[in-house]
Amino acid sequence: MAFGTPSPSHKSKKLSQSIAFFVFRLLSFSVVAILLVILGFILVQGISVISWEFLTQMPREGMTEGGILPAIVGTLWLVVGSMLFAFPIGVLSGIYINEYAKDSWLKRFVKLMTNNLAGVPSIVFGLFGMTLFVNQLGFGDSILAGSLTLGLLALPVVIRTTEEALKSIDNSFRVGSLALGATKWQTTSRVVLPMAFPNIITGLILSIGRVSGETAPILFTVAAYFLPKLPNSIFDQVMALPYHLYVISTSGTNIEASRAMAYGTAFVLIVIVLLVNLLANWLRRYYGKKVKMN
Amino acid sequence: MNSVETKDVHLYYGDFHALKGITMAMRKNQVTAFIGPSGCGKSTYLRCFNRMNDLIDGVKIEGDILIDGVDIYKTNIQVDDLRKHVGMVFQKPNPFPKSIFENVAYGLRVNGTKDKQFIEERVERSLQQAALWDEVKDKLKKSAFELSGGQQQRLCIARALAIEPSVLLMDEPASALDPLSTAKIEELIHQLKENYTIVIVTHNMQQAGRVSDHTAFFYLGELVEYAKTKTIFTNPKDQRTQNYITGRFG
Repeated sequence: MAFGTPSPSHKSKKLSQSIAFFVFRLLSFSVVAILLVILGFILVQGISVISWEFLTQMPREGMTEGGILPAIVGTLWLVVGSMLFAFPIGVLSGIYINEYAKDSWLKRFVKLMTNNLAGVPSIVFGLFGMTLFVNQLGFGDSILAGSLTLGLLALPVVIRTTEEALKSIDNSFRVGSLALGATKWQTTSRVVLPMAFPNIITGLILSIGRVSGETAPILFTVAAYFLPKLPNSIFDQVMALPYHLYVISTSGTNIEASRAMAYGTAFVLIVIVLLVNLLANWLRRYYGKKVKMN
Repeated sequence: MNSVETKDVHLYYGDFHALKGITMAMRKNQVTAFIGPSGCGKSTYLRCFNRMNDLIDGVKIEGDILIDGVDIYKTNIQVDDLRKHVGMVFQKPNPFPKSIFENVAYGLRVNGTKDKQFIEERVERSLQQAALWDEVKDKLKKSAFELSGGQQQRLCIARALAIEPSVLLMDEPASALDPLSTAKIEELIHQLKENYTIVIVTHNMQQAGRVSDHTAFFYLGELVEYAKTKTIFTNPKDQRTQNYITGRFG
């Protein structure tokens, strides 16, 4: 057949390609669509209760009136506390595993255990946290115990992200630095870490999103059913958004009356997680640019 | 005078015997080229001189390597001191994701220099030595990644020169560059040998012919022949050298 005239086989090739691309596109759009439907549903149901009062007041009338301030504050405390624990330990562990540890059975064992830790159900973390932090160490139901438990949950994620971020840095940068007489630590801190920083930050912030939505780990370690006051110290109990949502949806004083409040709480929780993710994105871009300029 | 001297150097990657008893000396302020087919051990040998092979697990080295008279595998040698003394330029340009200025200043900073004026002077001088100053003097604060590949490689040379090594190792420094950039690098090598001892690994035999005073031919982990570059290319003694330079294998 002459070059330039489309053959029948060409037509069928084109057709199967179009079908395949159509299916792929449909599937990836449907993922977005599901997310939008969830967000839209919660927005529609919950928007009516969102007000300045809802965000800044204590719950009243058996949690059917008033606001969710203590739960918002409690969740912020827990997020900050757990990250203060998980960031340094996780990042340093990730650096050790990727930059320093020689390839040995010990390193493989540590990596395997880290992965296993990531797969442990969150309720198990909750029970562990209760046994160790609440009872054995005597912290009681407190921000401290809850933060440590949530921190443990976030740890494998932080370690893995740090590790992956470091792994993606081409070895030629390390070799180039060492060849100039830099020590391994100088190489890591001045060349490798700044390059990996945007990706590490992203991982860290995504783990914040995870932690702020967890219910099981705080169930036995910190979360209060109803506590209309703000905490004074890390040994106080607090309310938290995910647990509050659970309470007013399943075991509140009047579930029907607090239905709208529940959607409002879900809405606030989702907005916090989305804001955190947007922040992650922005930081990654900001530092991504800065790293190249310096 | 000899700048680098090795006696009966053997190197093993695990069970693999990569260098088989290499004894040779490289003269001060001269350019010595290592040629040979891929896997012949020339790069591995070069990396012994600044102990970059230490970074690879399972490497064992036997024999003596003396740089300016000092046995560099003796236990009291600090590897970072050695690497200040023996600079290295790699095959692929590998500037850091920092500004042009900071790339050149890096070696000074990690070795503890704090004097701002001294660093500025040294950066300028190194960039001049690397024939890059005129092209970058107005954009020292710009990212090194904005430079072309050839400029990046000269930046890496400037970076190595900034800490005033006495020996400069170049591992196929022009193999990732276009012909014009390659010519610039070769011209640079000519100028640099006044102040530095240069050892260059190259796959390009014309390049070895153009830039080096002495050439060593490696094959299967052995040093087959080492002589004046002219002699190697016009009148090689060993049949294997002859075969390689005439292109019968490689």
